[in-house]
Amino acid sequence: MTTSTGPTVVDFPLRTPEEPLPLSQYAGHRRQSGLVQSHLPNGVPIWLVTRHEDVRAVLTHPKISANPDNEGFPNVGETMGVPKQDQIPGWFVGLDSPEHDRFRKVLIPEFTVRRVRELRPAVERIVDERIDAMLAGGNTADLVNDFALPVPSLVISSLLGVPPADRDFFESRTRTLVAIRSSTDEQRATATRQLLRYINRLITIKDKWRGDDLISRLLSTGQLSHEELSGVLLLLLIAGHETTANNIGLGVVTLLSHPQWAGDERAVEELLRLHSVADMVALRVAVDDVEIAGQVIRKGEGIVPLLAAANHDTEVFGCPHAFDPERSERRHVAFGYGVHQCLGQNLVRVEMDVAYRKLFERIPTLELAVPLEELAFKYDGILFGLHELPVRW
Amino acid sequence: MRVTVDSERCVGAGQCVLNAPSVFDQDDDGVVVLLHEEPAAQDADAVHEAGDLCPSGSITVHED
Repeated sequence: MTTSTGPTVVDFPLRTPEEPLPLSQYAGHRRQSGLVQSHLPNGVPIWLVTRHEDVRAVLTHPKISANPDNEGFPNVGETMGVPKQDQIPGWFVGLDSPEHDRFRKVLIPEFTVRRVRELRPAVERIVDERIDAMLAGGNTADLVNDFALPVPSLVISSLLGVPPADRDFFESRTRTLVAIRSSTDEQRATATRQLLRYINRLITIKDKWRGDDLISRLLSTGQLSHEELSGVLLLLLIAGHETTANNIGLGVVTLLSHPQWAGDERAVEELLRLHSVADMVALRVAVDDVEIAGQVIRKGEGIVPLLAAANHDTEVFGCPHAFDPERSERRHVAFGYGVHQCLGQNLVRVEMDVAYRKLFERIPTLELAVPLEELAFKYDGILFGLHELPVRW
Repeated sequence: MRVTVDSERCVGAGQCVLNAPSVFDQDDDGVVVLLHEEPAAQDADAVHEAGDLCPSGSITVHED
């Protein structure tokens, strides 16, 4: 397929322990004209999109689809033990407009800037309780398992109206889904089934006894079937858990070198851009012949927009590898772009801000318990993050 | 400067409210509400930024 005028063909973005987020490869791809062609681990050819402008163009193109049922949709790997997601009713990240919009519109009121501000005290309480538990446990902790993972899980369970007595169950099962190193496929499938069963039971209960929570309000709209609602809730849980945890963990590592920025909202925005934990999440397929960056993409060809590559595009962000919360450019695509842009983004911002603020305020002597070079980054999954984060104070 | 919004296209990401809260709000359905069709000069940068950040292309800034 490569000719003297054809597209450059490169290896699929190679994540290694040394470079878990392959930014130097992305920089090379951005310098090529047009788009770069690559192959999935299973040999299927796909297009890599690495420039900020092109990533935005792909994610807003009406003939480029997010629906994995379409022929040629790229499958980059394991789905982390979740049952095949395109088979779950209500899994609307895999739907295009207008089908997608019905779900999104029902959920928007739950995640407005105003509503999320109202959730801040609950987030603060959860974060304080986790810090209390860490302090009570001695002077060392694994900040991923003791803090970054439980916080978003507890926030989601509070949002959904999971009764306090059930939150440990909920938290332990969601943690199993994330632990791709220490849990087996079977354990993750079991945890997913248990969570879905629990969610279904919760929906039945909330349907009888409505409360002041997200599930009750969604039921009251009458817009979703119970089956769709349980899919939507599982999606909220999975989309908002590990991503947020990775942002909290990586953010703490960066802020340990820049502690004066903990508690400043500009740091949150910059950390979202810098770490781009969902780099490879926004997969697409062309459902007609389209042209991006002068390159024709044929109907049925898979597209992998790389969000971290766009967020380190020197055309948009000067010195992109530097942590610079004072940069005036906010156009990062850490939450994606287009109609699928992260629904929970404002909640994530609050969770990150509260987590950093409280950690550095309450544990001013916080430091890494291992050398930076020994941190275990995730390079074998879909998301960028840390497996563990040993700290002491 | 004049601003128009397309509430049908809006996906409620809230970027406009975060960036130009004196010009944009969200209603109870989470959909964009335009508070000022002709924003003050001091809001011009924030309004342009809101227009650019809007993921669904619901905000149009007219320079007339």
